[in-house]
Amino acid sequence: MLRILPKNSNYFVNSQFLFLRHSSSAPAAATNEKNKEIANYADKKRIKKGSKKIPNDFRFKYQDFLPSPTARYRNSLLEKLMRKDMLERRSQVHIPEFYVGSILKVTISDPHSQGKTNSFVGICTQREYTGLCTRITLRNVIDHQGIDVAYDIYDPLIQKIEVLKLEKRLDDRMLYLRDALPEYSTVDVNMEPELLAEGAPVPVNETIVKMKPLPWMQKWERKELKGIENLDQYLNLWRKQQREKQATPWEKYDLMKEYRRTIPEEQQNKIFSEIFDRINKINEEHKIKAKAARRTITKPQNIR
Amino acid sequence: MQTTSILSNLRAVTSVFSKSHFHTTSICNEVRLLTRLRVVDNSEIGKQAMMEGKPPKTIHVYNRQHVGYIGDKVMVAIKGQKKKGILVGLKQMQKVRVPRFDSNNVVLIDDNGTPLGTRIFVPIPTILRTILKKKTLAKGADYTKLLAIASRFV
Repeated sequence: MLRILPKNSNYFVNSQFLFLRHSSSAPAAATNEKNKEIANYADKKRIKKGSKKIPNDFRFKYQDFLPSPTARYRNSLLEKLMRKDMLERRSQVHIPEFYVGSILKVTISDPHSQGKTNSFVGICTQREYTGLCTRITLRNVIDHQGIDVAYDIYDPLIQKIEVLKLEKRLDDRMLYLRDALPEYSTVDVNMEPELLAEGAPVPVNETIVKMKPLPWMQKWERKELKGIENLDQYLNLWRKQQREKQATPWEKYDLMKEYRRTIPEEQQNKIFSEIFDRINKINEEHKIKAKAARRTITKPQNIR
Repeated sequence: MQTTSILSNLRAVTSVFSKSHFHTTSICNEVRLLTRLRVVDNSEIGKQAMMEGKPPKTIHVYNRQHVGYIGDKVMVAIKGQKKKGILVGLKQMQKVRVPRFDSNNVVLIDDNGTPLGTRIFVPIPTILRTILKKKTLAKGADYTKLLAIASRFV
């Protein structure tokens, strides 16, 4: 679900298997025509059933409400209680829609700083765990120094989460930015938010990064990443051989693995129909609050 | 004849490994004995050492684990001298909300806790304010002086 999906496996996309078992991993650049067809088909199917109409993008937008992709960590009661707490937290702090590759600004309270708050701007490079424990990692290069900060998004110390640029990248995990040239992870700290039209599809940023020379922190060549330019040029014979030795190309055909990692559509619908009304209400409340805040800022200019 | 063949074999073997930055162990991201650090303040000795490409080596960590964590005091060997320093950024995995840096950063101080430089070039984790205040005791060295020369907190 949050793990890297075998991207080039058309096998699953074609099979009817996917209709019933949605994997909630945000398929970075996988929105091709076939997927759209599948989505349409799934929509029709759902309407037929007469269940509550849950938008198709809910499983990407609110993927932290879904159970863990690791089957042995699932616990339906715990998840239900967690969902309740998550909604409570969401009613206090607006947690917007974002994906790996989006640029975020997180403000947390900090007792020793001057304004009692401390904020960090960076690219979201990974999204781990589910439920209340959902953790994101932001990365930025400030004063020529690469910095990663991890945040639990339901952390009570968080005061604000803003999305400065909503976009997806080619990979689900972008930790390789640590070993890429610094310009690929540099973001302006005082960046202004870029607004997208409501209901517009999330754009995919197809930047392909160049890496620093070896040594790297991890063996990126073994992870089937799309966002790195020509990985072979960095590798020597030994590493190429090892990659071939360790490769597991049959894994994408492992139906059982796929079955365990994904959540069936019925189960997802059950979860989402439980939170659907509440979350829409919360979102609207936050919208009204944001509008009111904007109005109070513009007022003094008119009064003069 | 034999010697040349051996030599050519050797060359083949070394060509594989010489380019590969061959390690017998995995990369050690902890600050331990003999870890190289990066001096991030503008002290004369620190600047020179970094310019020469001879970054300081940790020769002692002042805690029980002998592994340096954020805010810990270390002794470093720098340009043939022993100096003390505070770790202000680590490459190792950190706790939530604590930044992880791409290099192990150190700021040099003297025995009283006064920094040798007058400016720090890179951001400093804001949690150091809490940690260093806790570590400063009434009669001991005052480590919080370091915070006054920081240019930016993250």
